[in-house]
This record gives sequence, C-alpha cells and structure tokens, in this order.
Amino acid sequence: MKTQDENAKLKYYTASQWQLIWWRFRKHRLSIVGMTILSIFIIFALFPEFFAPYSATERNGESILCPPSKIVFKNAEGGFSLAPKVYGFKRERNKETLKMEYVVDESNIQPLKFFVKGEKYKLFGFLPGSIHLYGVDNGFVHLWGTDTMARDIFSRTIFATRSSLSIGILGLAIAFIIGLLIGGVSGYFGGWVDNFFQRLTEFIRSIPTYPLWMGVAAAMPREWGPKTVYFMMTIILGFIGWTTLARRIRSQIISIRDADFIVAAKLCGASDMRIIFKHMIPTFISYVIVDLTISFPNMILSETSLSFLGLGLRPPVTSWGVLLRSAQNLNSIVNSPWMFIPAIFVILAVLSFSFVGDGLRDAADPYSEKS
Amino acid sequence: MIKYILTKLAIMLVTIFFVSIVVFIIIELPPGDFADNFAAEKASAGETLSQSDVENLKERYGLNQSVYERYFKWIWGIVSRGDFGTSFRYNRPVMMVIGERITFTTCLALLTILFTYLIAIPIGIYSAMRQYTLGDYAFTFVGYLGLSIPSFLLALLLLYFSTKYTNTSIGGLFSPEFQNAPWSLARFMDMLKHIWVAAVVLAVAGTAKIIRTLRATLLDEKSKLYVTAAKARGVSGKTLLLKYPVRVAMNPIASTLGWELSAVISGSPIVAVVLSIPDMGPLYLTSLLSQDMYLAGTLLIFMSLMTIIGTFLSDILLAIMDPRIRLGIKI
Repeated sequence: MKTQDENAKLKYYTASQWQLIWWRFRKHRLSIVGMTILSIFIIFALFPEFFAPYSATERNGESILCPPSKIVFKNAEGGFSLAPKVYGFKRERNKETLKMEYVVDESNIQPLKFFVKGEKYKLFGFLPGSIHLYGVDNGFVHLWGTDTMARDIFSRTIFATRSSLSIGILGLAIAFIIGLLIGGVSGYFGGWVDNFFQRLTEFIRSIPTYPLWMGVAAAMPREWGPKTVYFMMTIILGFIGWTTLARRIRSQIISIRDADFIVAAKLCGASDMRIIFKHMIPTFISYVIVDLTISFPNMILSETSLSFLGLGLRPPVTSWGVLLRSAQNLNSIVNSPWMFIPAIFVILAVLSFSFVGDGLRDAADPYSEKS
Repeated sequence: MIKYILTKLAIMLVTIFFVSIVVFIIIELPPGDFADNFAAEKASAGETLSQSDVENLKERYGLNQSVYERYFKWIWGIVSRGDFGTSFRYNRPVMMVIGERITFTTCLALLTILFTYLIAIPIGIYSAMRQYTLGDYAFTFVGYLGLSIPSFLLALLLLYFSTKYTNTSIGGLFSPEFQNAPWSLARFMDMLKHIWVAAVVLAVAGTAKIIRTLRATLLDEKSKLYVTAAKARGVSGKTLLLKYPVRVAMNPIASTLGWELSAVISGSPIVAVVLSIPDMGPLYLTSLLSQDMYLAGTLLIFMSLMTIIGTFLSDILLAIMDPRIRLGIKI
C-alpha cells in the first residue's frame, strides 16, 4: 500500500509540466465533455464528405423546404426493432388553406442504411471514395429537412463546420501573430515603443468592434471570388481579436522581464530574439494557449454574425453564418423552423470552447492545486 | 480631481480626431463610389445612366476631388456648421436622415446597461453568498448559455416564439397608431413596450460576464480580514455584506462600464436589424451596402462617440468611487 502511495508521489514529482496540466484538466468533467464535442466537430470538419449523405450543393429536385424525416424503430409487424427506418413525404394540398404541404407518407417506409455507397467524392481533394455514413436506397433522406433550394440541411451543416472552424483557426492564428509581435515588442522594450502600442490598442478599442469590421467587410468588392473573400475574412477576424492577446502577452513579458534568468541570458550575450523566443515564451506559453482557447468563441461568433448580415462569407461557401442567414426571414422560420437547426452547432461549439478554456485555465495555473 | 478630468478630456478629444480619420479611411476603402454603385443599381433595374449623368452625379457630390480635400471639407463642415454632409441615397443632409434614430440608439444602449446591472449585481451577490447551491449552479449555467448564444440568434428565437405562440410580432419599435405620431408620453411608453426585448437580448452576454466577475471578486473579498474585523465589531447581516465586500467588489464593475457600453453599441446593429428597430443599426448596414459614405461615416462616428463618452464617464465614476485613482496614487 505504502509503496503504491510513494510511487504515485514519485510519478507526480517527476511529471513534466504538460503532464501535470493534463492531470489537472482531466478532473474537470465539463471540460472533458467540451473536448469530446470539439473532437467530434473536428472529425466532421476533416471528413465532411463521409458524414454528409449529400454534397453541400446537391439539390433534391422538387423537395423545397421539406421538413426533417421521421425516424422510427419499428419492424414490419409494428414491434420494436433496432434498425432505424425513415418515412418518406408526399405533397398534398391542404383543404383549408389550399397550400401545398408535406404529409408523412406511411406507405413509403425505407430502412436507413449505414455505410452506403452514394455520391462520389474526393477526400482532401485526391482520395476518391463513395461511402457515406448513412443513406437510403431510393430517393433522399433529410434528417434535418431541406432549405429553400431543396438542399439537405444536415449535409450543409456538416460542410459548414469545416469552413467555420477553419476560418476561426486561421483568424486566431493571425490574431496570435499580431498579438505576439505587438505585445512582445511592447513589453520587452518598454519606453516609448510600449507607450505607442498601448495608445494604439486603447484607440482601437474605443471604436465599437462590430460596426468597425462591418465597415471593413462591406468594402470587399462584390465581384471577388469566394476564395478571396474567405482569405479576407480570416484577416478581418484576426484583426478583431489581437488586442486582448497583445495585452496579455505584454503583461506576461513585463512580469518576467527582470527575472534573474533573463538577466543572466542577457549577460551571456544572447540576442533579443533568442531571449524572447527561447527564454520568455516557454515560461508563459500555457497561459497563451488558454487565452487562445478562450478567444476562439469570439472568432466563431464574429464570423457567424458578419456572415449572417451578408457581410462575411457568401454562398457558394457554406458556413454556419451563411446557413443561418437563410433563417433571417421571419416567414421562413415560422413555416420551417428546422432552418434553425444549424444554430445548435454554433452554440455547442462556443459552449465547448468555453468549457475547455475554463478547464485549461485552472489546469495551467500551478497554484490552483492545494497540496 | 479637476486635473484628472481635464487630462481625460484632452485624451478624449485626441481620440475623436483619430477616430474621424480611421472612419474616413474605411468609408473610402470600397473601390468605386456611390455614383458607380448607383449606375450599376439602375442598370440592373433596366434603366441606363449615360456616362455624362454619372459624371454629373460625381460632380454634384464632389466625388472627383482628392481624398484629402474631401476629408478636410467634411471635417470642416462638421466642426464649423455641424454639417455632416449629404446622404447620396436619400438626397438629404445626413443629420436629417439620422434624425430620431440617435435617440433610439441612445435609449436602447442606456436601457440595456440599466438591465445588465439590475440583473447582474443581485445575482452576482446571491451566487457568491450561496456558493455551490442549486441557485448558484442554475445561474452559472444560464450565464454560460447566455455567453454562447449569438445575440442575433437569441433575437430570432424570441421573434419566432412570439410569432408562433402569441401571434404578435415583437419586432419594430412602435405600435401602428404611434408610428408617425409626434412625441408624447403615450408614445414614449409605447416605445418602452417594444424596446425592452432588444435591450434584454443585448444585456444577456454582458450580464453573464458581470455575474462571473462579481462572484469571483466577492468570494475573494469575503474571507479577508477586514470583513472578519467588521464582524467582530458586531456588524452583521446585510450591512456587513453591502458596506464591506460588495463595496470593494463594485470597483472592477465600475471600471468596465465603458467596455460594457462599447460592447452594447457594438452588438446593437445586428440585433436592431433582426428585430427591425429603426435605430442607427439598420441604417448603418444599408448605407454600407449602398456606399452612402457620408451617412455610413457619420453613423460610425456617432457610435464611436458614444463609446468614447461612455469610457470617459466610467473613468470619472471610478475616480469618485475609488480615492486611490482620484488622488493619483500608484497602486
């Protein structure tokens, strides 16, 4: 018994910093949940072609604004069965309002099949494949319904995950580089350089963020292609986020600028670059990672809001904001509330990042553990 | 104190000057100008504008002059005559187009701030005092949710549920009978009846943040010696709570009032667009899309002005509340 205890202690004392962080992080249940959800999202974003039954732009002929398919777990006799089946829809004219409506077609029941062969795709642009996670043999299945152009909302949401997450990550990377440069230079050199950058940050903060970036985003010419717009959006998002990061990095650098090991490095003749990158950054990189995680939700929310207003990404690119834009019209959401479903992804992503960020913040703080 | 206020005032004026430059750069960014855009719009509607018409338009609005010339003319007009230029789209002075909208935006922002603090401060105190109870957990959860739902989505959801279940739309700012009526108490009350939805939507994110800050600071302060000392002197109950730890915990709240206001003004255009509130937000969006540059620029300047003045007021508030700042003592 005693040796086990000692072993645990020995393991604790010899663990690396990252191992300690991971052990502390593991204790936060919510953070683990968040991390799981995020991993699923990332897998979606990596292989959307596999998870989505259709491509983002494929139209199901006539099924405009078709409601989500009903899934039942019934066998032919009406008893319970593990194999899910879906009902099809047929269009009927409502006798009172005389509008065409979708009615569940009890006679058209199809088994929902997994790992079916469907539309051909190229994974990462070169790996050919045709297996999709689920599908039906005849016709179409729309688990989350279709939009105004008869496109499958589930497939579109899965594809949108890729652009929304990637644009967030790229935006964050740009924000991080600017923040590191400005915060680093400002904290390390101090004096008038510091003063200048401090005033600059304060100044940028005094202009309301969204209206400012709405103005910049609106300046993108209409005739730019989707790729250019995507690229510009990452830059805009990067510029939204850098001020907070720069502030944090600056204060971190100031707090260790006069530490003995930095002075020692200086006396040894190390260059400024070497001191910043080899000696300073490793001491606070964990805090910076925490800050990055915490700022990620901001990136997603900014992208979604700008695209929602029609100033961000534009079709044919699909992102969460672009998808929600079609739910902007009150009529469309009252008559077809399933257009809202992509919002769940946005909320889940932001929530998970907040949980993971909070967990990481506690885990990265060496003083949080009382032992 | 006077010196402190004067310094802040000077900084404010310099900031405003730089803001005007940045705003002008932004409205100058899009390639082409209003005349080209107008011609393209007409062309898509089936009318064609001749080249000389376009040139005439450019001449009339001074679009042929150099950037510097236009900037200084614009600024000089604002400073000397309070003339913010002409809106191309409405063909009227910018200030007339904006009109009441400034009042609406200001009302909305103030109401939102009021809501935020009225909701957040009691809940923050409650959560800290009843740490790890059901109520604390519930508020923390709602707070997380509030932080993660984009404001426009919340607005859309409210719109959806109100339309679906009460069959009345909560969008807009006035009931039909007050739409064009002159200002009166009844009209003001009617506006309050509509505007609160937007205010609540905008307040949610800020509320969640303030609850978290207040809870954390209060938990830190609660166990400090000066609280124990007060307890030992026989102070108890509400007096103890409100006179000692809460007073200290209010400082970070007051110092972020400016940021709070900035966040509200930053988020309000999107919410106003969704809830069709005729304030500066929707006008800003349409003016951006049609390159109505002086209108867009003026709106952006006003929004920045509100933020800057808000920050200034919060600095003064902080100085009143905290003697260390008032007397210029370095902490």
